[in-house]
Amino acid sequence: MRFIRKTHYRQDIQLFKHEGQVFWYALLALGLLAAPFLLSDFYLGELSLVFIYAIAGIGLMLLTGYTGQVSLGHAAFLAIGAYTHAYLLAQGWPFLASAATATIFTAVVGGIVGIPALRMTGIYLAVATLAFAIIVEQVLVHWESVTGGFRGMAVELPAIGALELDNSFNFYFLCLTVLVACLWLALNLLRSPTGRAMTAIRDSEISAQSMGIHLAYTKTTAFAISAGFTGLAGSLLAHKIGYLAPDSFTLLTSIQLLLMVVVGGLGSLHGVIYGAIFIGFLPQGIAVLRDTLPSGVAQIPGLEPGIFGLILVLVLIYEPLGIYGRWLKIRSYFEEFPLYRKAMHKRQRSYLRTERLK
Amino acid sequence: MSLLAAEGLTLTFGGVHAVDNVSFSVEAGEVFSIIGPNGAGKTTLFNLISRIYDANSGSIQFEDNDISTVPTHRIAELGIARTFQNTELFEQETVLRNLLIGKHVHRQTNLLQEFLFLPSVRRQELAFRKEVEDIIDLLDLQHYRHQVIANLPYGIRKMVEVARALCIKPRLLLLDEPSSGLNPEETEDLSFQIEDINEELGTTVIMVEHDMNLVSQVSNRVMALADGKRLAIGTPQEIQQHPEVLKAYLGD
Repeated sequence: MRFIRKTHYRQDIQLFKHEGQVFWYALLALGLLAAPFLLSDFYLGELSLVFIYAIAGIGLMLLTGYTGQVSLGHAAFLAIGAYTHAYLLAQGWPFLASAATATIFTAVVGGIVGIPALRMTGIYLAVATLAFAIIVEQVLVHWESVTGGFRGMAVELPAIGALELDNSFNFYFLCLTVLVACLWLALNLLRSPTGRAMTAIRDSEISAQSMGIHLAYTKTTAFAISAGFTGLAGSLLAHKIGYLAPDSFTLLTSIQLLLMVVVGGLGSLHGVIYGAIFIGFLPQGIAVLRDTLPSGVAQIPGLEPGIFGLILVLVLIYEPLGIYGRWLKIRSYFEEFPLYRKAMHKRQRSYLRTERLK
Repeated sequence: MSLLAAEGLTLTFGGVHAVDNVSFSVEAGEVFSIIGPNGAGKTTLFNLISRIYDANSGSIQFEDNDISTVPTHRIAELGIARTFQNTELFEQETVLRNLLIGKHVHRQTNLLQEFLFLPSVRRQELAFRKEVEDIIDLLDLQHYRHQVIANLPYGIRKMVEVARALCIKPRLLLLDEPSSGLNPEETEDLSFQIEDINEELGTTVIMVEHDMNLVSQVSNRVMALADGKRLAIGTPQEIQQHPEVLKAYLGD
């Protein structure tokens, strides 16, 4: 067990709570900096993809995990970010200006989508965002002068000034830098009044209002921020896949993003990272598994989504708090050894609410 | 001039007159209790004052403002804080973060500053924390500071909710059945704490309450409601002997 002696309030708002955390995060940073020198191009590319997923995941986590608004349409924001960025690059914009504009544009679209979503919660909101994603998909198909329709559009190679970013080594560092910056921004938000207002809305709208939180404003802001992060991820993803077509951003992509935050663990940024690793490497894991299976089984169509679904169901049944929740339990097992009891993490039953205003 | 003055408040749900032409006024510095049998319209009256419901007719005056049409989220800013009958805390958050949400109305920073966590945001967070700690001391919540609400017993949650309301620095505090679900010892503590809040912080308190002991201990004046109508207003002793009130509780 670690006991932290606190002598100043600033200890509760700093990002690293104690030296142990600083040590482990420094070790992780070293590992990530050394990775490009140790890994093959293929795995470096996969790792970049994980980072991109994680950036989009931060966006969705802020909306779903922290503000409590479910979205089944985040592939649309990914697509808007990717297409805007690719289009602006094709018009000759420099990389940074184009990515920034794509991010802001996606955030504005997110804010606008958030306005009709104000009156909906839960399953209704999920359906509304799903409808939005389908509309965006249709726009991508039919607005041929900008998106190239089904033919798709090629994405220019990324470069900041003279620095070429199209090799996997440089692109890895680009994605890593953006991810770290996004994590920092998200953490800052969560320890400030706006972040608290978001969690307040998630837990009780009625008392959030009575605490002076403007529901419509805060929800719209959450949608815009969420879309902004996802749009930024989209502009990086555009380079990763190299050629944009509407079928890169389907309903399945939205579901994948939602699975990522659920499997990782709702309501934590750690969960985003675990979820991104899970989503990023699962296809590889399944490919390896496929080689070892008898050919009759390995050839079954839909094996991949099947395994995906199975894992999701198992997570929801046995570990609703996701991979991060499981990790917390494992850690406290070692910290409290040999005093750990299974019941320690059984949440007390919440009190029955008899008079809900809504 | 009264702190809060309600004039002819009426609210109907279908054919039910939940609040029926109720007028009353609360003076600054008072502890004012509202009593009445179940379904008398006490909580509905609270929901009218805190602007969760719109009145069909009547007006509510707070200080110099008519608050009858003010949106719900502006009430806290004006200086009115409330608690809920069955607690409406932010369950997945720690006590500390719940209380800090009470400081939301005093926020001076904008979104961009918060994203970058500029020194202004840091200073504001530390200032908020200091003010929150004063409330924690006042209500003896030191042990629970970093605990998640979902793991706390009911009595503590009730106190956390009062604390969260006080973080707004309200001039008027609305307590909806603060003693329901508390054991006799906790109820006794509560009566001292209401006195502290009233005397040390100078907060005016309006309280819906069933426990007549608590009511007569802390209140300056009491209003009795039944079937949405005002029966009587007076000191706790007057109300306890008022024939109309006795009739409402005990029948003819």
